[in-house]
Amino acid sequence: MEGDLLTTTSEALGAAPPGHIASPNRRRKGRSDLRTALLFIAPSALGFLVFYLYPAIRGFYFSLTSYNLLGTPTWVGFDNFVKIPHDPMFWNALQVTVEYVVLNIGFQTVIAVGLAVLMQRLTQSTLLRGALLLPWLVSNVIAALVWFWLLDYQIGIVNQFLRWLGVHPIAFFADNLWAIPTIAAVNVWRYMGYTALLVFAGIQTIPKQLYEAAAIDGSTEWKSFWRITLPLLRPVLAMVLVLTVTGSFQVFDTVAVTTRGGPVNVTRVYQYYIYQKAFTEGQFGYASALAVVLFLILAALAALQMRLLRAGESDLA
Amino acid sequence: MSTLILPPATVPTRRHRRATPGRVFAWVALIVAVLVSLFPFLWVLRTAFSTSRSLASAPSSLLPVDFTLGAFERVLGLSTHAQAVAQGGSGASMNFWLYLRNSVIYAGSVTIGQVFFCAMAAYAFARLRWPGRNLVFGIFLGALLVPPIFTQLPNFILVKDLGLINTFGGMILPGFFMTPFAVFFLRQFFLGLNHEVEESASLDGAGPWRTFFQIVLPMSTAPVTTLAILTFITTWNDYLWPLLVGNTEGTKVLTVALGIFQSQTPGGSPDWAGLMAAALVAAAPVLVLFFAFARRILDSIGYTGTK
Repeated sequence: MEGDLLTTTSEALGAAPPGHIASPNRRRKGRSDLRTALLFIAPSALGFLVFYLYPAIRGFYFSLTSYNLLGTPTWVGFDNFVKIPHDPMFWNALQVTVEYVVLNIGFQTVIAVGLAVLMQRLTQSTLLRGALLLPWLVSNVIAALVWFWLLDYQIGIVNQFLRWLGVHPIAFFADNLWAIPTIAAVNVWRYMGYTALLVFAGIQTIPKQLYEAAAIDGSTEWKSFWRITLPLLRPVLAMVLVLTVTGSFQVFDTVAVTTRGGPVNVTRVYQYYIYQKAFTEGQFGYASALAVVLFLILAALAALQMRLLRAGESDLA
Repeated sequence: MSTLILPPATVPTRRHRRATPGRVFAWVALIVAVLVSLFPFLWVLRTAFSTSRSLASAPSSLLPVDFTLGAFERVLGLSTHAQAVAQGGSGASMNFWLYLRNSVIYAGSVTIGQVFFCAMAAYAFARLRWPGRNLVFGIFLGALLVPPIFTQLPNFILVKDLGLINTFGGMILPGFFMTPFAVFFLRQFFLGLNHEVEESASLDGAGPWRTFFQIVLPMSTAPVTTLAILTFITTWNDYLWPLLVGNTEGTKVLTVALGIFQSQTPGGSPDWAGLMAAALVAAAPVLVLFFAFARRILDSIGYTGTK
């Protein structure tokens, strides 16, 4: 037994990166730790096959069927995909979601970059960073409930403040015009500190000497931000944008807890529409087709952002 | 916006920097952001310690209105029906302790399984040598690109076919074995570990199992704990998946239980004090974890952010 363990371990040494000086003894080229490795990855490979790969393939299959969750799926070919462009609620969901994403990501990104720069220039105290991260720790459900209370029409503190200013109170979640901006704002509140910390980590990789050199050349903070920070932050910012846009596009919890798609349809965001089709209306096949379209939209958006922001290249030589 | 001009960066060593208008403005902006982040928490506290019925009488009072612990007693089931109704509670019983237990089982099990199995896989991807290693890792990572809802729909059918709807098994299984992120996170760490420790372990006759469990894992408590905390927080806050799969009293988690609230009080005035108390208690485990490991969590965000 011991001898067996020993040989396997000496093979493990082969995993050293090139250039690494492996122990000269017992290292046999060409053999590998395949058996051990298979045991090590077996549980997660099982999880991957059963709960990621299989459902992904099945998701495509369901999108080509008509299925009401009770019987068996019946093959309908591309019927669901033909129906989608003629479905006004699909376009409504897409439009509402895009409105939400633009407001959410627009404000969140600008605020986060601003906060990250301020943190870098002023303080990096754990207390301050912790305070900014606090909203991210509570669930979307709790964040939604808390803001539901803060924004209550009758006795919510925000409307009390508006009354004090002499402005008419606003039915934030119930007003056609305000519902989407309100949901976007709730999630800006929850994610701005988290996003700021992501950007902040990126800013710290920029060499300090660049700022010193720029300052010697008479650059102001404002100029340095536009000419050094922002350009050098581009790859990090691209990654952050891909992550946050992808997440933002799948907004669900906040809507499910507060407006549930209303008033009328103004907050029926894409994922909420999928959920309703699948579980309230029992059109599981059509919902799966909508999910395929979401998948394609997100992949295209990510590719586009990576391309536009040249995420793969850094200007830091 | 030209006010945002701070003193030049050539003087960062000086302790007392001049309070230029730009610097003052920058501090004000930062403090406003902190206040915006924290104010809702203060307001939740203030409301949770108020008497629900009295809230309307002093809606903008910064302190609790008619201070009471009644809301917490209602949430935790310590008050009688009559007391609850008198204070403005709905009188409907909420099995808070049960939902709390369900959340602990759900988030706890997912965290333990996921972190343990992903650590093993990450080690195989980082340190063992086998054909197809990078290909398999790439395929694992590819799962990051798939939006969760796309796999959640078929997973719901799978769980239904297995007869696991409204069971912890059905809720826990999809996240129990792996997430691409967890594998990626730990692989990054294992890649950076010093080879010499493993080499000397092997010279001492330790096989890969022993090397991993007795040497590598104990050396990796920091990143493993960080990942476990992040996984626990994320799973604790999950909503859609437990909403689909756990809807009985015995499986309903806190987020699902709280999310139903709005549909329960369509007409009458909601029990805001009770609700805020419930929200506070539901968020408490995560907040406590955060206060205990704040440094580690804060630093990990940089770490995961600069993928």
